[in-house]
Amino acid sequence: MTDLLDLAGDFPLLSRTVREGKPLVYLDTGATSQKPGQVLDAERAFNERHNAAVHRGAHQIAEEATEAFESARSAVAAFVGADFGEIVWTKNATEALNLVSHGFLNASLGRGGADAARFKLAPGDEIVVTELEHHANLVPWQELAAKTGAKLRWIPVTPEGRLDLEQLSVITDRTRVVAFTHASNVTGAVTEVAPVVERAKSVGAYTVLDACQSAAHMPVDLHDLGVDFAAFSGHKMLGPTGVGALYGREELLQALPPFLTGGSMVEVVTMEETTFMPPPQRFEAGTQMVAQTVGMHAAVDYLSAVGMERLAAHEDHMGQLLLEGLAEVPGVRLLGPTSSAQRLAVIAFDVPGVHPHDVGQVLDDQGIAVRVGHHCAQPVHRRFGVHASTRASAGVYTTTADVEAFVKGLHQVVKFFA
Amino acid sequence: MEQLYQQVILDHSKARSGEGELDSPHGASFQVNPTCGDECTVQVSLEGQRLAQLAWSGKGCSISQASLSLMYEMVDGEPLEQAEQLGETFRELIHNRGHELTPEKMELLEDLSAFTGVGRYSARVKCALLGWMALREALAQARHHTGASGQPPQTQA
Ligand SMILES: Cc1ncc(COP(=O)(O)O)c(C=O)c1O
Repeated sequence: MTDLLDLAGDFPLLSRTVREGKPLVYLDTGATSQKPGQVLDAERAFNERHNAAVHRGAHQIAEEATEAFESARSAVAAFVGADFGEIVWTKNATEALNLVSHGFLNASLGRGGADAARFKLAPGDEIVVTELEHHANLVPWQELAAKTGAKLRWIPVTPEGRLDLEQLSVITDRTRVVAFTHASNVTGAVTEVAPVVERAKSVGAYTVLDACQSAAHMPVDLHDLGVDFAAFSGHKMLGPTGVGALYGREELLQALPPFLTGGSMVEVVTMEETTFMPPPQRFEAGTQMVAQTVGMHAAVDYLSAVGMERLAAHEDHMGQLLLEGLAEVPGVRLLGPTSSAQRLAVIAFDVPGVHPHDVGQVLDDQGIAVRVGHHCAQPVHRRFGVHASTRASAGVYTTTADVEAFVKGLHQVVKFFA
Repeated sequence: MEQLYQQVILDHSKARSGEGELDSPHGASFQVNPTCGDECTVQVSLEGQRLAQLAWSGKGCSISQASLSLMYEMVDGEPLEQAEQLGETFRELIHNRGHELTPEKMELLEDLSAFTGVGRYSARVKCALLGWMALREALAQARHHTGASGQPPQTQA
């Protein structure tokens, strides 16, 4: 018997009503999570007491702000099994992934000197992605390929919606980068990372992990996983919007040229040229989102206090209930693994003959919030032969009552459009 | 729900009119709804100042499909100016946050008045208007192509 959590009370937004007084059933955590009072309070307290620009100025509150900013970095690093200097603040996972791809691009253009030559791409090289990717971990690599003349290749997806690990031969001696997701935001499948990393290492390719969904819903230890780079977003893991992080192995961040340039990331600037600071500052140009990093600190503290193992067990249970409920609705087709093993409680499905927009609308009318559309992952939808889907995704605060309301709502949908 | 999904809309989303392709259209437009990836193509050919033929294809939700189907029924074969006027009035209705327009305008809209409720749901506005955006662009192209005189009426976004 799973030890179910009862945390909805910590999340102020969850107590509101929608559509003329209906209690909110929030099943769109895969898009963005709700935030506990602890996170909201931490941001507010920072702004009320310690707000200042970091790493500048000699006054007391600037010192306090800098301390809060760096202590958030330290907490987030510990949360994902990384060292302090391996975490770079970004605005979200998308920016983190672009930071890496543009680092490679700039190295390919000769920036970063001899140290950065290891990241150079040229015609004849290959970049490997997967058919399962969110556009955030696909489009930047398409762009990098187009700009450097490297060739883009991809690992296909099994009929169940998992990476096809039988097809790792796509990774060859020509491969320089392998970018892949840790957990799909459509099929919910959790990737077995080890074989991909092993294969990439054996050919000397760098690995880039999209940990956007995984970091929020299961224990993640990036050192254990052995990837070179990883990206995640605060807003998916109970933290604020506007903050995310890039993880990079220290040695690699030392050598990678910057993406965004300007203030706060430089040493000596003359009219002709500029020298850059060491990482992580080299990658943090401009005034930073300090209050948001403080909120993200509170979020990882909250998650750690709950315990990621317990959280995962709770969500796993909700995922199982969702899958069982879905299986009872006539005609509905699941896009993803049918068992809750090695998958997140991210459940995308197709109701034949009813467009996802219409499914979502009827659910919304009952106060149930789900995601409809392609969820920024058109290729995997195409792989399943559909244009779009409806997705229910659970979080730490999801209750069995939420799942029951959703399943009842879905029966309603089928009846309405019959 | 029944207010949004009027029977006319449900019927037209299932039994759709005007789907197809023209051999040599004077104007065509492809539109996508980036939030859900829905898409449609509208093709038109003119005869003087008349919209002689319209055909559309696409995939999307019941609102967008019904809107395209009704559009076909109401503008195919009609004078250009009338088709464009209808488009403008429909746009006005959809942007009216779920409220009806003047009785004269509602009468002009005929079955399209069933879409009044769509305006209450900002996320669905684009669905209702996708086909009409394509029509507007296709007609502008066709006017240019055929040298049909006259200006399309003032447009709103
Ligand atoms: C798997 C995955 N990767 C990347 C992203 C992009 O995250 P963000 O929009 O926060 O940059 C998301 C979220 O939409 C996601 O689910």
